[in-house]
Amino acid sequence: MTGKNENMKNRPCRSMLYIPGDSPGMIQNAEVFGADSILLDLEDAVAASEKDAARKIVSSFLRGFDFGPLIVTVRINAADTEYFERDLEEIIPCRPDAVRLPKCSSPNDVKEADARISEIEKKNGIPAGSVALHAMLETALGVEDAFAVATASPRVTALTLGGQDLTADMGVQKTREGWELFYARSRVVLAARAAGVMAFDTVWTDINDPDGLYQESKQIVELGFSGKAAIHPSQIEVIHRAYRPSYKEVRKARRIAEAAEEAARVGKGVISVDGKMVDAPVVARALRLSATASLYDYEEDEEI
Amino acid sequence: MKLQRNALGRNVPLEVPGVGQFEPYESPFGKIDGMAPLAGARPFLRTVGRSRSKVASSLEDAIKKSGLQDGMTISFHHHLRNGDAVIPLVLETLKKMGFKGLTFAPSSIPDAHDCVADYIRCGLINRLYTSGVRGKLGQMISSGEADIPVVIRSHGGRARAIQSGQIAIDVAFLAAPTCDALGNVSGSSGPSACGSLGYAITDADYARHVIAITDNLVEYPVARNISIPQYKVDQVVTTPSLGDPKKIATGAARITRNPVDLKIALDTFRLMKASGIVAPGFSFQMGVGGASLAVSVYLEEYMTKKGIVGSFGLGGISGHMSRMLGKGLFRSLFDVQSFDAVVTESVADNPGHIEIDASCYANPFTPGCLVHNLDCVILAALDVDVNFNVNVLIGNDGVLRGASGGHCDTAAGAALSIVVLPSFRGGVCSIKEEVSNITTPGETVDAIVTERGILINPLRKDLLENARAAGLPVVDIRELKQKIEKLTGRPDAPAEKDGKVVAVVEYRDGTLIDSVYQVKK
Repeated sequence: MTGKNENMKNRPCRSMLYIPGDSPGMIQNAEVFGADSILLDLEDAVAASEKDAARKIVSSFLRGFDFGPLIVTVRINAADTEYFERDLEEIIPCRPDAVRLPKCSSPNDVKEADARISEIEKKNGIPAGSVALHAMLETALGVEDAFAVATASPRVTALTLGGQDLTADMGVQKTREGWELFYARSRVVLAARAAGVMAFDTVWTDINDPDGLYQESKQIVELGFSGKAAIHPSQIEVIHRAYRPSYKEVRKARRIAEAAEEAARVGKGVISVDGKMVDAPVVARALRLSATASLYDYEEDEEI
Repeated sequence: MKLQRNALGRNVPLEVPGVGQFEPYESPFGKIDGMAPLAGARPFLRTVGRSRSKVASSLEDAIKKSGLQDGMTISFHHHLRNGDAVIPLVLETLKKMGFKGLTFAPSSIPDAHDCVADYIRCGLINRLYTSGVRGKLGQMISSGEADIPVVIRSHGGRARAIQSGQIAIDVAFLAAPTCDALGNVSGSSGPSACGSLGYAITDADYARHVIAITDNLVEYPVARNISIPQYKVDQVVTTPSLGDPKKIATGAARITRNPVDLKIALDTFRLMKASGIVAPGFSFQMGVGGASLAVSVYLEEYMTKKGIVGSFGLGGISGHMSRMLGKGLFRSLFDVQSFDAVVTESVADNPGHIEIDASCYANPFTPGCLVHNLDCVILAALDVDVNFNVNVLIGNDGVLRGASGGHCDTAAGAALSIVVLPSFRGGVCSIKEEVSNITTPGETVDAIVTERGILINPLRKDLLENARAAGLPVVDIRELKQKIEKLTGRPDAPAEKDGKVVAVVEYRDGTLIDSVYQVKK
């Protein structure tokens, strides 16, 4: 399977578990829940009185704790808050995989943060661009500017949709079905794909409604999102289940992958499966799907 | 007190003054397999004369009539859990009547009964036989203040000790949620209903005198669900209330939301599945701890999906087990102790829900206790060690704070015994080089499931292979211990172990598996 051999950048990131930065008891268990990545939160999950404590806790975990195979991202406070500077000052030197920047409404928001991060990297002797930036789009303006935001700096490796603030900005309610976000989601995914970065979907807030989460997760998988944030460990399995390709899809993808391999081996320019010609983007998609499938077990007796 | 090393390297006395001789522990089944029949205690022959009512005028009168004297042994059951008011009522009455030097031999002591410490202090109680001790009583014993002989037994071990005459009950005071004038007792109805009276049945079989205490005296006869029939009961005493019904019949325990417990539960279920044991005819026991209970959710879903019907569920029965019986996922439940109010209804109404006594449950010296037929048991622990030995009695501070329960009985009996345990608690690693006290020998523990990996006893190579083949996160117990200690640090050496022995712990076969030592303040 190709997935396991691909480099770090292409590690699967189906689920991103939010953990409040001021909860060491939860952070210490971060790796046990099976999430692909965690989001240590300094922003909304942390009360104003705990901001300093959370920043200290998160930076000491980043320095001294083994997170195993997890991708670790820190959500910092927005640029228009008094915490932004100190968050960057303390978090960037700890070299998380990425920082998530809330409320990106323009390319300029990204450029300013990027400049600040570059300075801190330089000051601390860290290679430039070590810490990636995930730009969070949670205003109508930000969504409209999605492609420009994604391409504002090479540091940006992902766009993420902030559904709560965005629906508020749009003056609508977040519904169970989520149609109000359909356009925004499509727009963000397309912009991300065009810019060659990942796209992450917003959280499902009702932890007592795993069925609703599953429906929404299926939707965003079909739209093309790379992953979805979770606010409780119990949501991880549900999200992963939504990303699970059907056995039928997997079989087809594997046939395409094999045909591509065979074509490459014998030096044939045209790849065909079941008598039909297959284009390069279809091959690429089949390889991605096979990589995702390698994360799951497929029982022999599974219905096709 | 002369101590001798047993087969697990633990120092145990050969004699406990005022109690008797003991043998050191050797192996789980060494004494049991192939044992020749032994004479034991026999039920007393006794009459009360022909009568239409055994109701005594008061508890005092009943005690006087029972012939109880200083130095005798009294027993109680713990089925009313933390709602029980009968133990304090009887002990206070005995104290007022001027009794001294009694042996207190309840099936266990509910957490709430700190008062027992006071009755030791005043001299009413000068020997203690129980399954567990907690709270102030635990502190009093561990500190050495109690200074009385204490023997801790498992539920199966207690039944064996009663049957062998080691615990010779003179008067059993049995709380009876429903009772008639001639002493037919039922546990599954009345304002203080608690479900099964399994542990009390054994007492009623062997005591010299049995007093049923009820707050629900009904018209003769109690016809349905008789736990203890009238021919085993000498007297009936009425009291306004057996206790607090809210604490007796607690609601069905909710499935935990604790993600660590849920992770442990899921991996436990996966291990059960990988072992191949979850098949038609499957028999199962679980506790009511967070992780244990959550296993039943996965199990229920899987058995439903695959159309698997198990043969029996055993033990302390929770609402979730009785629901599985109701859904036809098990053909029967053998219930020695019901855990919550939902179960009480099932005991009363479902013919497949069968009340059993403690010997039937776990007594090793019988021709067939049910724990020996278990396919799988899920057990909790306070901590474990690298040899898979389990401690359920003593906290990290060295103080008694737990109960032996059916732990060692079911671990020995079940084909697959799994201990579920978070890898660290209160900042202390749960895997020790050596546990402070062995309740259950590692030889009888097949696997330990933590949130950070599954530990499989090297004796179970087959299980290890199955778990690996299923892609489960199997880790080496020493490696996990090191990994956790990197997180938590290593605590200072625990309380001194060369102090005075303040209690002894019996294995189910009556040998001594470990001693409990005084903790210096």
